[in-house]
Amino acid sequence: MTEHTIKQFDADLEAIRTGVLTMGGLVEAQLARAIGVLENDAAEGLVDRVGADERQINQMQIQIDQQCAQIIARRQPAAGDLRMVLTIVKITNDLERIGDEVKKVAYKASASPDDKLVRVRFYDVVRAAGLAQRMLRMALDAFARLDVAAAAEIVDSDDELDAAFGGILRQLISYMMEDPRTISASLEIVFIARSIERIGDHAKNIAEAVVQAVRGTDVRHATAAEIRAEVAGP
Amino acid sequence: MNAEIPIARPAVAHRDDAPAAPKMSIRHLDFHYGAFHALKDVSLDVGEKRVTAFIGPSGCGKSTLLRVLNRMYSLYPGQRASGEVLLNGSDILGPDVDLNLLRAKVGMVFQKPTPFPMSIRDNVAFGVSLYERLTAREMDERVEWALTKAALWNEVKDKLGQSGTALSGGQQQRLCIARAVAVQPEVVLFDEPTSALDPISTAKVEELIAELKSDYTIAIVTHNMQQAARVSDCTAYMYLGELIEFGETDELFLRPRRRETEDYITGRFG
Repeated sequence: MTEHTIKQFDADLEAIRTGVLTMGGLVEAQLARAIGVLENDAAEGLVDRVGADERQINQMQIQIDQQCAQIIARRQPAAGDLRMVLTIVKITNDLERIGDEVKKVAYKASASPDDKLVRVRFYDVVRAAGLAQRMLRMALDAFARLDVAAAAEIVDSDDELDAAFGGILRQLISYMMEDPRTISASLEIVFIARSIERIGDHAKNIAEAVVQAVRGTDVRHATAAEIRAEVAGP
Repeated sequence: MNAEIPIARPAVAHRDDAPAAPKMSIRHLDFHYGAFHALKDVSLDVGEKRVTAFIGPSGCGKSTLLRVLNRMYSLYPGQRASGEVLLNGSDILGPDVDLNLLRAKVGMVFQKPTPFPMSIRDNVAFGVSLYERLTAREMDERVEWALTKAALWNEVKDKLGQSGTALSGGQQQRLCIARAVAVQPEVVLFDEPTSALDPISTAKVEELIAELKSDYTIAIVTHNMQQAARVSDCTAYMYLGELIEFGETDELFLRPRRRETEDYITGRFG
């Protein structure tokens, strides 16, 4: 898009876009560290690092939100600019929530008993976490490139992740019924899996927000097929 | 370019407050200042009891278009319009149109407040006396009514005999609005009505436009895009004499259909 007559407006918009990408990068790194905790609970200092990441993510959200409010107050953005600012407020909210979920994953994983059966169950959870990680990456890429086509794919991935979560849940339920002594450890895993499933939801929200910013159409609650039809249009 | 927008109507099919019947219909309007082609095949409908805003950079033709709507241009030689401008279905561009009657139906408020050098009361009564024979009492009632409509009554009711030119700029502009509505027009045209006013007076005039909308059809030309966004139901974006986009204000400022409109309203206009 061509530049604004007021160059500072371009700089302001660029600053919030860059801020979101930096924040997204940190959330990705935090998620990778949490997966490290899932894979190897003995990882030195990793959990503390995830907690520190979460605090930094919170601060980034506050800062970017402030910048967005300033742009609205000072520049009265319209049309695509307005949609971009509104989208960024939403995306930083989703990223902050992902940061919370990632922290829960790391803390719960590190607190789980070093039970052999629990470890085995972690395998599926790590796989689901990998899927969530891929969705987050795709969503951030979609934002960076303003790529609306990725949204439908992310919605598909979210269905896959939801199915994975359902699978984990069913397994754990039969496991708990079989041996009630495993209930407390199993519930911990349920909570971890639940957080991962939520990360996927937030990644999906980000992708939908990108469509809103670029196309001006609200594709929340739309199916993947509907989104494909929308982004294929003119 | 205009081939793509034969008759630009606001896309409002999804809205509850469906578009009012057009009060004025502009059809294939061309306008020339001598050899200069100032409006090029403009077609749009001005909805009844709605506020239609015209925006665009200087020289885009928006004020020219407004001046056609009550044939203000006819005051000047060498200016001519072709095409059709229908008011309640009849063409106002024809040679046999009574311009005084037309201007009583289509009033205008200008950029700079233009009170007559006479009392506040006479400023309002003057236009009325040209068209109607009222008793003194009826005229007093009309003056009060118009000043109340223009949200000025409470400020001037104790000094109706004072000169209109002694009022503040914002009050003068509201006096001009009172003068325009006093003759009970059907359409009120506003040409940059607040560009000479401070923010508080501007807000009062904008509030007034919102209230006048329940009785009148309003067309407003403004350089202030936020003002167009605030006061209007429909917005027309014009550039170099052409109507680029016309639609619901809600839609046009959030999701314009044309790239040119987007560039203009987001401040990317080179």
